[in-house]
Amino acid sequence: MPGVIEAADLTKVFGAITAVDRVSFEVREGEIFGFLGPNGAGKTTTTRMLTGVIPMDGGSARVLGHDIRREPVQAKQRFGVVPETSNAYVDLTAWQNLMLMGELYGLDRNRANERSRDLLETLGLYERRDQKVQGYSKGMRQRLILALALLHEPELLFLDEPTSGLDVQSTQMILVLLRALNADGTTIFLTTHNMEEANRLCDRIGIIRSGRIVAIDAPEKLKTAIDRVHRIEVSFDREIAGDLLSGLAGITGAGRTGDKWQITAEDQDTAIRSLVSFSRQEGLAILTLNTLAPSLDEVFLRLTGEEERL
Amino acid sequence: MNPAGTSEQIRRAWAIAKKDIRIYYLKGPVLIFGIFMPVFLFLAFFMGGRQLPLAFLLSGLMGMTLFFTSTAVSPAIFPWEGQAKTLERLAACPVAIETIVLGDMIASILFGIGVTAVTLLIALALGLGLLHGIVLGSAVLLAAVCFSALGMLIAVPPTNVPSNIMMLSSLLKFPLVFISGIFVPLEQMPAWGLYLAVCSPLTYFTDLVRYSFTGAHYFPVAVDIAALALFTLVFTAATMHLHRRTMPRRM
Repeated sequence: MPGVIEAADLTKVFGAITAVDRVSFEVREGEIFGFLGPNGAGKTTTTRMLTGVIPMDGGSARVLGHDIRREPVQAKQRFGVVPETSNAYVDLTAWQNLMLMGELYGLDRNRANERSRDLLETLGLYERRDQKVQGYSKGMRQRLILALALLHEPELLFLDEPTSGLDVQSTQMILVLLRALNADGTTIFLTTHNMEEANRLCDRIGIIRSGRIVAIDAPEKLKTAIDRVHRIEVSFDREIAGDLLSGLAGITGAGRTGDKWQITAEDQDTAIRSLVSFSRQEGLAILTLNTLAPSLDEVFLRLTGEEERL
Repeated sequence: MNPAGTSEQIRRAWAIAKKDIRIYYLKGPVLIFGIFMPVFLFLAFFMGGRQLPLAFLLSGLMGMTLFFTSTAVSPAIFPWEGQAKTLERLAACPVAIETIVLGDMIASILFGIGVTAVTLLIALALGLGLLHGIVLGSAVLLAAVCFSALGMLIAVPPTNVPSNIMMLSSLLKFPLVFISGIFVPLEQMPAWGLYLAVCSPLTYFTDLVRYSFTGAHYFPVAVDIAALALFTLVFTAATMHLHRRTMPRRM
């Protein structure tokens, strides 16, 4: 099945700077794809090219089966965009903004009314619908932007830092809505700085650095892939000798810290199986067993080369 | 529904025009450059003691009003929207760049026609007789499109600072007013003045307005209409083409 987004050698040059350098990736139907990178790495530029806001200087992109350069209107009709900066019309009310979007997406008036009411209620803005947006807080504006992007029930949603600088309530409301949308089949392309958010939400993550993709994989696979030596923490219901553990298949070392053993292993799967067999043979009960994978922050810092600079 | 189809895009251009009407008609610079400026210019000449007939001056006022109003809204919208990032919102919507330009032009055309209609009512109330209503109506419609396209053309440089565009707009509009037979009849202009006058679309519109009220004209009516139509086509084609090239640089 073709991807919902298919980017091939996407390139953007600003003067002497290549902001996006032959970036290729695919986003599959129904997944939440996280797009991560440090400031200036090319995330927003890539998103703007994929959404047809700025033209690309090289490569190609198909979004929902449409070439974004040749059929931009057909592609845009089927996706929604939540940009980095809140950009509702501040001189209009929330309701007027939604009606404008309804007309720009060709929705009939009744459908636009119905969808607007539902979205404003879901996002806690219905009571303030007739207030001009200039009186809204940042969180309210961001929720409105999300409502504007969802009005036409898009199959694909682009979000650029949707929770950046928001209060906990707005952040939670947006994340809950994104999960619900994804559960209903909406594909989500999420650009974020928030590792925890990416870790919790995304099926796969692409990391971009200096305009180039450095890794694409599921968050857990990315975490385990960057360390060749894996760490496992285990504790048993009684004392054992350390040399018994270090001699097990797949285990390269064992050291004790408090009541736990810190195991190092080249092959995590073999090591865990060995530990389980060992406990069974020795009549031991395993009290805790944790795999100590690096956090997504560590993966990000390692892959984007930021760690060396810190 | 084909979202890229002409009828659907025209419908969406109308939505953009309605938004422009709500937001931009009452903005300070639009009122100053679109309404106050032509009124003050007219009063300055009217009270200046020159012995020009009222019919001549009121025809000139109508010409100037349409010119100033139709070019007041359109140049400012793109810089305003670029600054507020709302242009990026429109660019991400299923509308072509030409649709955005057309929407802004429609708002500008309606503003021009609306304010000019008030001027017409004032002229009629002052006792000016309308001899050729159909010619006047056609001329107002054609010139409103022409001037609105000219306004959009002024907004082509991709700056998001509205005052830069307003300055450029004034730099172009004021000289045009003085060479287009509004305050100095074409018959009284020196040869070099006439060479300049034929290059201004406002000349042909003013000539048509005078013909509609007094029956007198400098160029044949068909020439005036053909020249206005040609300017309209050239300005519209140029603004569509150039905005397509420069709009991404505003993002």
